[in-house]
Amino acid sequence: MQNFLARAMIMVPVLMLSSFARAQAPPQSSGTKEHKGLPPICQGEANRFNCASAKVEGTKDEPAVDSWGRPVAPPAQGQKSAPAPRHDISGTWQVDGADEFGFRIIGVFGAGSMPSDGYPEHEPPYTKEGLEAYHRNKPVFGMTAVPAAQTNDPLDKFCDPPGFPRDDLHRLDSVELLQTPQQVVVLYPRDKHWRVIWADGRELPKDPDPTWDGYSIGKWVDDTTFVVQTNGTDERTWLDNAGRPHSDALRVEERFHRVDHDHMQLTVTLDDPKMYTKPWVALDKQALKLMPPDFSLNETRCSPSELANYDSLVSSPIVK
Amino acid sequence: MKSFVFVVTSFVLLAASAPLLAHHGNAAYDAAKEVTVMGVVTEWIVANPHSLLKFDVTDDKGNVVHWIVESGAASVNQARGVRLTKNLLKPGDKVTVTMMVAKNGQPVGRIHQLVLPDGRLMVNDLP
Repeated sequence: MQNFLARAMIMVPVLMLSSFARAQAPPQSSGTKEHKGLPPICQGEANRFNCASAKVEGTKDEPAVDSWGRPVAPPAQGQKSAPAPRHDISGTWQVDGADEFGFRIIGVFGAGSMPSDGYPEHEPPYTKEGLEAYHRNKPVFGMTAVPAAQTNDPLDKFCDPPGFPRDDLHRLDSVELLQTPQQVVVLYPRDKHWRVIWADGRELPKDPDPTWDGYSIGKWVDDTTFVVQTNGTDERTWLDNAGRPHSDALRVEERFHRVDHDHMQLTVTLDDPKMYTKPWVALDKQALKLMPPDFSLNETRCSPSELANYDSLVSSPIVK
Repeated sequence: MKSFVFVVTSFVLLAASAPLLAHHGNAAYDAAKEVTVMGVVTEWIVANPHSLLKFDVTDDKGNVVHWIVESGAASVNQARGVRLTKNLLKPGDKVTVTMMVAKNGQPVGRIHQLVLPDGRLMVNDLP
């Protein structure tokens, strides 16, 4: 017993120290290296279609339309945006610009700042358990991609909900934010679902029952930055399109920073000590632009019957 | 899923360097080889997660191959000014399809470029 107590007296401070050290470690971010040319996942003849870096000569984009087919007015050229309003991130926001693959939709190959593209610095800092979980996952995108008929991606295999934070990290395109004094509500086009961020001063639940989107609270840290904490997410969901795993210990921070009236930056940081040795940045100041108030979001639904039809007509025949 | 770019006037199939990516990745397709065929539409299914085009190709000897190729879902194309609508294609339409085909030789593909009956060229280039 004395021996046990002595060990415990040593171990407790050690554990506290290590947990402190972990908390102090800066999140891993991919933003340190500049690469020239295509990422490894796009290189070589067999991978040439993985990136949108090459345009077809002579093609041109038609004016953008929304889901009603109504033209979307292009942003006024040379006109400076008004300052950001105080404590207001409401509106419909769309990804501004393209990622390293040339896609305007962010997260095709995994979390926007850490895509599974063959660059070692884009691999999250897995623990042993995390790496094993990652290798059990069989995504259809990224460096470990398998044919669609062989995937175990809960989203692509069953039309399961993406869950949070995959809501943010999977093919981010447009979201609509609604605000009340108590809530910020995120409307996601994917499966037309919403997520409530409570801004009424409540704390996160201490021992939450998991839900697909977890439990989110947010607060304004300055006039234009709304910071959201989330826990209680369902560990059956994946973090992203590349099959990165998470556990029930996952904590997510979203930082919505409205730069000016028309522009916002979204940063998403993940902390899951079971799966990752330190926090990592999954979206790093992702640029978003404000869409016109009459812009109508897409309908992007996973239909189980249509997925089954696709599987029987396309996915399965081509792997036999 | 992917987007289509409409080229209203062009009738030329351009260099095969254009990008292509679909909702479900392309691991089962032979990306190193592209095939261009002319055929007749038998069915056009606008769907999630993929729209599907069925068309028949008849060779010199009269043999008919029933192709099925996947395109993008209707929802992700609008930023490029394109809507995949039910009226885009109908049975009997003649189309020219440039596609990446299945590695195992099945008549299944993923559309890269599609020339519509009115001469418009659609290019798949977004996930």
